[in-house]
Amino acid sequence: MTGNRERFGLALIAIALIALPFVLAMAGTAWVRITNFAVLFMLLSLGLNIVVGFAGLLDLGYVAFYAVGAYVYALLASPHFGLHLPFWIILPIGATIACCAGVILGAPTLRLRGDYLAIVTLGFGEIVRIFMNNLSTPINLTNGPKGINRIDSFQIGPVNFSNDDTIAGLVFSGPIKYYYFLMLVLLAVIVINRRLQDSRIGRAWVAIREDEIAAKASGINTRNIKLLAFAMGASFGGIAGGMFAAMQTFVSPESFVLNESIMVLAMVVLGGMGNIWGVIAGAALLSFVPELLRYTVEPTQMAVFGKVLIDPEVLRMLIFGLALVLTMRFRPAGLWPETRHRREMSENRA
Amino acid sequence: MNGVLLEARNIGKRFGGVQALKDVSLTIRSGEIYGLIGPNGAGKTTLFNVFTGLYPRDNGEVMFAGAPLNLESPHVVAAAGIARTFQNIRLFGNMTALENVMVGRHVRTRAGVFGAILRTRTERTEEAGIRRRAEELLYYVGISGHADDLARQLSYGDQRRLEIARALATDPKLLALDEPAAGMNATETTALRGLIAGLRDDGLTVLLIEHDVKLVMGLCDRVAVLDYGEKIAEDVPESVRANPKVIEAYLGASAA
Repeated sequence: MTGNRERFGLALIAIALIALPFVLAMAGTAWVRITNFAVLFMLLSLGLNIVVGFAGLLDLGYVAFYAVGAYVYALLASPHFGLHLPFWIILPIGATIACCAGVILGAPTLRLRGDYLAIVTLGFGEIVRIFMNNLSTPINLTNGPKGINRIDSFQIGPVNFSNDDTIAGLVFSGPIKYYYFLMLVLLAVIVINRRLQDSRIGRAWVAIREDEIAAKASGINTRNIKLLAFAMGASFGGIAGGMFAAMQTFVSPESFVLNESIMVLAMVVLGGMGNIWGVIAGAALLSFVPELLRYTVEPTQMAVFGKVLIDPEVLRMLIFGLALVLTMRFRPAGLWPETRHRREMSENRA
Repeated sequence: MNGVLLEARNIGKRFGGVQALKDVSLTIRSGEIYGLIGPNGAGKTTLFNVFTGLYPRDNGEVMFAGAPLNLESPHVVAAAGIARTFQNIRLFGNMTALENVMVGRHVRTRAGVFGAILRTRTERTEEAGIRRRAEELLYYVGISGHADDLARQLSYGDQRRLEIARALATDPKLLALDEPAAGMNATETTALRGLIAGLRDDGLTVLLIEHDVKLVMGLCDRVAVLDYGEKIAEDVPESVRANPKVIEAYLGASAA
C-alpha cells in the first residue's frame, strides 16, 4: 500500500518538475534561468556535501573546482583557442581535471582538520581565482580579468541549446532545454550520492568525520578515503562548472570569488549537513529566497511608503543574514538534519 | 598453550624527557588472555598505542604471527590482524550500532567507488555479507536489540560491547582491550568477564590492560607488570601476585 502511494507521489513530483519550466516561462524566462541556477547550486551543494557533510572536512575553497570546470569548458568550446569540442566530451574532461585539482588540494592538507583545513582550502580557492586572473601572459591561457566569451552552447544532434525550438506548440527555449538537462544531471548526482552514502566508502567517510583515530584503528586507510572525498566532491564541482560556462556563454574570474564558496557552504549547513534532501532544500531556499525578495521588496515599499526607503539589495542581504542566524539559533543541525534510517533504506534495496 | 602469536623485543618510547617505555619485551601466546597491569603512568597504554601503530616507536620490533609487524600506521596493523578498543570509548557516535560494526568490516572488504555507484553484483553480495556479519557480531556481544540505535545513545556497558564488536569485525587474531572494565559497575564487570572468557574459548587471543587487578587475576592466563616503563614481572597470575617487586610497585617499598 505504502509502496503504491509512494510511487504515486513520486510520479506527481516528476510531472510537476517536467511541467515546471513552462509554468515559470509564463512568468518570464528570467525565472527559468533562476531555477537553472538553483539546480546548479544544488549540484554544487551535493558535491560539497560529500566533503563537508559526509567526511567532515571543512572546505572553504570549493568554488575553485567550479572554476576549473568552467574554464575547461570555456577553453575547449570557444573561439579563444578555436576549439569546439562537443559538451559530452568536455564535461568528463572537466570533471577529471577538477578531480585532480581536488587531490592536489587534498594531499597536503590530510593532517589538517577544522579551522586549519578551512584556512588552507580558502587559500586554495583564492589561488585558483588569481591564476585565472593572471594567466593571460606570457601565453594567453585564460584571457585574464576580461574572461572568455562566446562559449558554445550545448548541442545535441540538431538541437542547439541557444535557440528556441517549437514542438507541438510548446516553445522550448534555451533555458528550458538546460533545465531538463540539469534535472537529468541532478537526478544522476542524487543517485550517486545515495549509493555512495550507503556503501562501504560512505561509511568510511562518516567514520572519519565521527572519530578519525577510531576509524584508523578500525582499519580504514584515512589518507586514501579522505582524498577520495576531495576527488569526488571536486568532480561534481567540475561538472557544475562546465554547465555554468555553457549556460552563461561567458566566464571570468569574478564569478569564482570566495563569496560563492561561502554561499555553497551555507546551503549545505542550512539544509542539514550529510542529508542529501536537506542539502537540496538548503540550495533551493538560498537560491530562490533572495530572488523573491528582489522582486517583492521594491513594490512593497512603494505601496507602503510611496517611495523606496531601503535599497532592495541591502534589505535582501539583511533579511537573508537574519534568516541564517535564526536558523542556526533554532535548528543548529540544519533545517532537515541527517537522520539514520539506513536500515529501512537497505531493506527496500534488498 | 600453543605457539607464540606476538613477540615484542626491546620496545622503547620516549616523550621528550620522559622514557615512557624502556626495552620492554614480552611474548603473547596463541589462545591466551594476556594481562598487562601496572600503576598509573606505568606505560601500559603507551605500549598499547605502539603495538597498534598509533605512536611511532623509538626502538625495538614486533613479530606477529611469525612475521615482522609493520607498525607505520594503525590501519596496516588492523589489516595484519590486531584489533583494539580504547580506554575512553571511541565510537562513531552518530552512526547506528550496526553501522559501527559494519565500519569494522572495511578492512576485510574491497568494494570501491565504482562498485558502489553502479551497485554491481559483487558489491551487493559483499554489502549483504558485511551486514550479516555485523548482525552476528552484535548478537555475539549481546546487543542485537540496539542495532538501530545511535552509538552515542547506548548505555556505557553497551558502548563497551559495541566497541568490542567493531574490533571483532576486523577478523583479528589478537584483540587488544584497553581498560574495558573502567567505569563499570560490578554487574557490568561480571558480564564483561564472561564475554572476554567466551572470546578465548572461541579461539581468540586477548591482550588485556586493566586496572581492576581482581578481574585480571581471575581472567588472565599470564600477566605482565609494567612499572615506570619497564617490565618487572611476567608470569601466571599466582606468581605475579606473590612477586615482591610487584608488591613494591603497587604498595611501596615498606610493604614488600
